[in-house]
Amino acid sequence: MSARDTDWDGVRLHVVTGKGGTGKTTVAAALALALAAGGRKVLLVEVEGRQGIAQVFDLPPLPYEERKIAVAPGGGDVYALAIDPEEAMLEYLEMFYGLKRMGKVLTRMGVVDFATTIAPGLRDVLVTGKTSEAVRRRDRSGRRVYDAIVMDAPPTGRITRFLNVTQEVAGLARVGPVKNHADLVRGVVASPETAVHFVSLLEEMPVQETLDGVAELHGAELPVGGIFINMVRPTGLPKDVLDSALKKRFDHAELALGLKAAGLVGESADASAIAQALAEEVTEHAHRTRLEKRERASLAKAGTPRYELPLLADGTDLAGLYELAEAIRAQGAA
Amino acid sequence: MTKTAPVLDIDAILDDENTRIIVCCGSGGVGKTTTAAALGLRAAERGRSVVVLTVDPAKRLAQAMGLTELDNVPRRVKGVGSQGELHAMMLDMKRTFDEIIEAHADPERARQILTNPFYQSLSSSFSGTQEYMAMEKLGQLRRSGDWDLIIVDTPPSRSALDFLDAPERLGRFLDGRLIRILMAPAKAGGRSAFKLLNAGFGIVAGALTKVLGAQVLKDIQMFVSALDAVFGGFRQRAEQTYKLLQAPGTAFVVVATPERDAIREASYFVERLAEERMPLAGLVINRLHRSPAPALSAARSTAAAEDLESRGEHELASAVLRLHAGRMQLAAREQREQEHFMSAHPTVPIAHVPAMAEDVHDLDGLREIGDLLAS
Repeated sequence: MSARDTDWDGVRLHVVTGKGGTGKTTVAAALALALAAGGRKVLLVEVEGRQGIAQVFDLPPLPYEERKIAVAPGGGDVYALAIDPEEAMLEYLEMFYGLKRMGKVLTRMGVVDFATTIAPGLRDVLVTGKTSEAVRRRDRSGRRVYDAIVMDAPPTGRITRFLNVTQEVAGLARVGPVKNHADLVRGVVASPETAVHFVSLLEEMPVQETLDGVAELHGAELPVGGIFINMVRPTGLPKDVLDSALKKRFDHAELALGLKAAGLVGESADASAIAQALAEEVTEHAHRTRLEKRERASLAKAGTPRYELPLLADGTDLAGLYELAEAIRAQGAA
Repeated sequence: MTKTAPVLDIDAILDDENTRIIVCCGSGGVGKTTTAAALGLRAAERGRSVVVLTVDPAKRLAQAMGLTELDNVPRRVKGVGSQGELHAMMLDMKRTFDEIIEAHADPERARQILTNPFYQSLSSSFSGTQEYMAMEKLGQLRRSGDWDLIIVDTPPSRSALDFLDAPERLGRFLDGRLIRILMAPAKAGGRSAFKLLNAGFGIVAGALTKVLGAQVLKDIQMFVSALDAVFGGFRQRAEQTYKLLQAPGTAFVVVATPERDAIREASYFVERLAEERMPLAGLVINRLHRSPAPALSAARSTAAAEDLESRGEHELASAVLRLHAGRMQLAAREQREQEHFMSAHPTVPIAHVPAMAEDVHDLDGLREIGDLLAS
């Protein structure tokens, strides 16, 4: 155990959600790396069958099997598991009912298909159930097999329903084995050992969805984690320059002189034309910066820790993931 | 060399009277709903009678179109200029499902189905139901003949392809073998008929009872037998919608942002549409970053900024040059992502919409996007 204090000490299950396009999978992967840093063992799970983890780590598609996919800074291992609901169901039948040999018959009869695609909530119980099992699993000496589990969860719009499994299977099972299993899973998901993190951007819709999602989780008494603000661009320009741009009093002449001094343009006419175009960029940037400030303030209303992750200029490659993991650690999220 | 793609001529599609359905699809968060609404407004203002069917619009966008209630009925959008008409509606999947039941069953049977716990949970929470009902609603709107253009935005699902697969999956279940097992007791007049069936069926029924419990099984059995009596052939209905999507009057517009995941999904979608012989109109690339000074490259700008910084001169200019360099890098990256798509699908027409600082708040915002789409 590291001696560092982090905001989520004691949390073993980190659920990562976010609106489509916010980089949820990337953040989940970086968080797993950050949590593993310094010699810990972390499992990164995927529940939607999109093979997003494999893509982020630039690997061939992952099977339904826990395998090591990355080494964290300072030692520490990240394992990955792509949960396939059908496999999870067969495993579940075997574990709890000793029905392994039935698998083929059930598959042929369409029962597995029914359970994993049609039956309301069952699919979610199966994948959250498999995840909870990994959270609770201990080795022979009684120690937890994984120090932490990170789940790349469904998007914000569906997260509460996804985690609120007992509610979800209510129509299917008010009593009986499915209900019992759902209750067990709910116990893990709703415990203080779980945190549901949101990934957002400094844009209106993702921020609104994040706030709605936080409120929904509170309503369902599920544990709200932090907010990871992704793809943050550097402000770059001093505040007075941005202010003057907003007031349409940006100093073109000064910029044109600078462009000439840098040897970018010869003629004064060229300098002025380019300065004009660049000034347009500055004004746009000033507007965006103002909007971002507003969105930042909105996110603060959620009342939960926030972390900022930089926009990676070259897109997300493996090096970028480590950069994000470092940013996560530096801000105390892991 | 920079690759180029054929231009997606939006107005030609909107103006063509043979275009009766436009389906906007793509992965989550790329701006499908906004694109659908902007296309709808533009088509209406070019003289067509349009209905936009949206599944899960953001509040602001719904407000922009004057939609305040989720009532499953097309509402006329006010403030639309000129000859055409724009209606918009939000899908209420449970109500759509209820309406199908009510339309096809006598009151007693309808009540049986509507109060069945399994039905209630299937109709409001199964993610495939949303896809199924969106397609069902599309079929209804088309049959009503009230509009000459229907624009539908596809549900936010796990994968952009779900709305093609889910109806088939639900149909397969409702018409399938499992249903026949589940219905056997009801057909045999209520007493347990599992014994009458072969051993395989018996094992399955036993396993289901063990896992789900007898009451749940009974709910499901009641539901499917009531439903079957109402109207067989869910799969048949799914097939009809499928054919509608293949018809020449349908145009698929795939929406993406210039990012790796979204472009990858768009590629899958284009390939899948070709496999299914569904008519693709083209790709819309949303939120593209461009620079008003494209001739000044990222490398030159960075070098110039470094030069000024080392001399300790013109701080403003060096900061602006750094900003510009970042912008050009982003633009270059987006161009690369697009080119991946163009290499794989050189004949697919593309339209571009530049990134805007703020989200759409009103009809003017939608109009602006429409203009950009068509330019």
